[in-house]
Amino acid sequence: MATQHSRSAARIMMAPAVILLLGWMLVPLLMTLWFSFKKYLPLRGGDLGWVGFDNYVRFISSSSFWPSIQATLIIVGGVLAITIIFGVLLAILLNQPMWGQGIVRILVIAPFFVMPTVSALVWKNMFMDPVNGLFAHLWKFFGAEPISWLSEASLQSIILIVSWQWLPFATLILLTAIQSLDSEQLEAAEMDGASPLSRFGYITLPHLSRAITVVLLIQTIFLLSIFAEIFVTTQGAFGTKTLTYLIYQRVLESQNVGLGSAGGVYAIILANIVAIFLMRIVGKNLDA
Amino acid sequence: MARAVTPQRKALNTAIAWGIGLLIFFPILWTILTSFKTEAQAISDPPVFLFFDWTLENYSVVQERSDYMRFLWNSVIIAGGSTILGIIIAIPAAWSMAFVPSKRTKDILLWMLSTKMLPAVGVLYPIYLIFIRMGILDTRMGLVVVLMLINLPIIVWMLYTYFREIPGEILEAARMDGASLKEEILYVLTPMAMPGIASTLLLNIILAWNEAFWTLNLTAAKAAPLTAFIASYSSPEGLFYAKLSAASTMAIAPILILGWFSQKQLVSGLTFGAVK
Repeated sequence: MATQHSRSAARIMMAPAVILLLGWMLVPLLMTLWFSFKKYLPLRGGDLGWVGFDNYVRFISSSSFWPSIQATLIIVGGVLAITIIFGVLLAILLNQPMWGQGIVRILVIAPFFVMPTVSALVWKNMFMDPVNGLFAHLWKFFGAEPISWLSEASLQSIILIVSWQWLPFATLILLTAIQSLDSEQLEAAEMDGASPLSRFGYITLPHLSRAITVVLLIQTIFLLSIFAEIFVTTQGAFGTKTLTYLIYQRVLESQNVGLGSAGGVYAIILANIVAIFLMRIVGKNLDA
Repeated sequence: MARAVTPQRKALNTAIAWGIGLLIFFPILWTILTSFKTEAQAISDPPVFLFFDWTLENYSVVQERSDYMRFLWNSVIIAGGSTILGIIIAIPAAWSMAFVPSKRTKDILLWMLSTKMLPAVGVLYPIYLIFIRMGILDTRMGLVVVLMLINLPIIVWMLYTYFREIPGEILEAARMDGASLKEEILYVLTPMAMPGIASTLLLNIILAWNEAFWTLNLTAAKAAPLTAFIASYSSPEGLFYAKLSAASTMAIAPILILGWFSQKQLVSGLTFGAVK
């Protein structure tokens, strides 16, 4: 059905989106590359000339570099693991017959609509505060010493906050997938004497693999760049300085654009490694 | 289809699911409740749940401190404007990918999604510089453009997914009857794709409303949306839980309500059609 005419029309219609995204990708990227080879301090002399790979070496040899990579991977990995495991369990639960299913679904999905600055502030103050937070009240009630969550268990706390935000998303997508599972297949397996665990392992889980892939991909895209949750809670202290936050500090707080840009290039490389890996899985999964 | 279950089993399911649902919802519920307490009640130990003197005072204090309507208006313009602009640009692109696919369509789609993975912080300074040079720092227009660009890949993907489900024969029939390309898109495709476009619109409004990197870093006084309104409460200050709760409730209420009404439409769009 595609004639020569409609093909060229199609190209023209795709052009605005493609050109805009290409520009959005290339212009800042080239500028970042340019700055990364310069000593550039906007508030202390501005452009101080070319320095070769100096910024790259300095950024990677700084004592905060590897810890920041580690913090990034722990947060992303932790949140992915929690949201997928609990998402699957919750989806199975919500798929069972019950009263008021619609209302439960509304309760479960709510955190997804809360803006990150709000959820971080609410968790930080009203739950995790070591004096007035609800957790502190709870701990005292049981006679335990309240924990200063965001400094003593900082990474876990951030993972908890971010998981709370993303669990609804994972649950909802997995629930949609589970609803399309043919229940007769499960019944047949049950009749044949398959235990609940093996029914889950051999029927439900394989059926969910595609949905899990989608959750993995979309969440990773958003989780690699979480910012507000750290900005309003620890400001990068107590081992929660992710790569994103480290670069932010170099550029905006110490106003060292050259160094920050080199960090930006590292972040772009890291994101691309993850992207290539994920795109492969998704590309394969989307064909089916 | 549903298997027969005993009432006991159903009751057990209900109890567990409601318990977990309320647990997940609790932080939001607690925030809303606290917003109606006095500051002293907000931190009382043991905490009070429902039996306190309900007051609206916090809302007026928050309103006095920073003009809520101005931030709300900025949020509406930025989230709505960026989404609508994005959809206008994405419709033709998604149309051509869905109905005149070529060998490279999938590559282009994946490439578009990969631009989403570009870490914002990596390009913060260049964008900042461009904004200063163009005089659009701290303007709503600047943010509309940036948020449109970061959500454009998702908008294209979602629309592509919906368009692909429209049978091509209908378009051919329209063409046979002499409809031009413009008419075909305007009078045949768009009405059929309306549900898809609506859910794309909703999801991207939610994403843009909650976006907190660019909105915090590219605005100051004039164009700051609700993400900035709430960030001003990030440094602790005496007793402020009730006020923080009131401000939080004001910031999330519009989108929470919108989201609840549209949750069914959201799911299909969010998965890029990969999960049915």
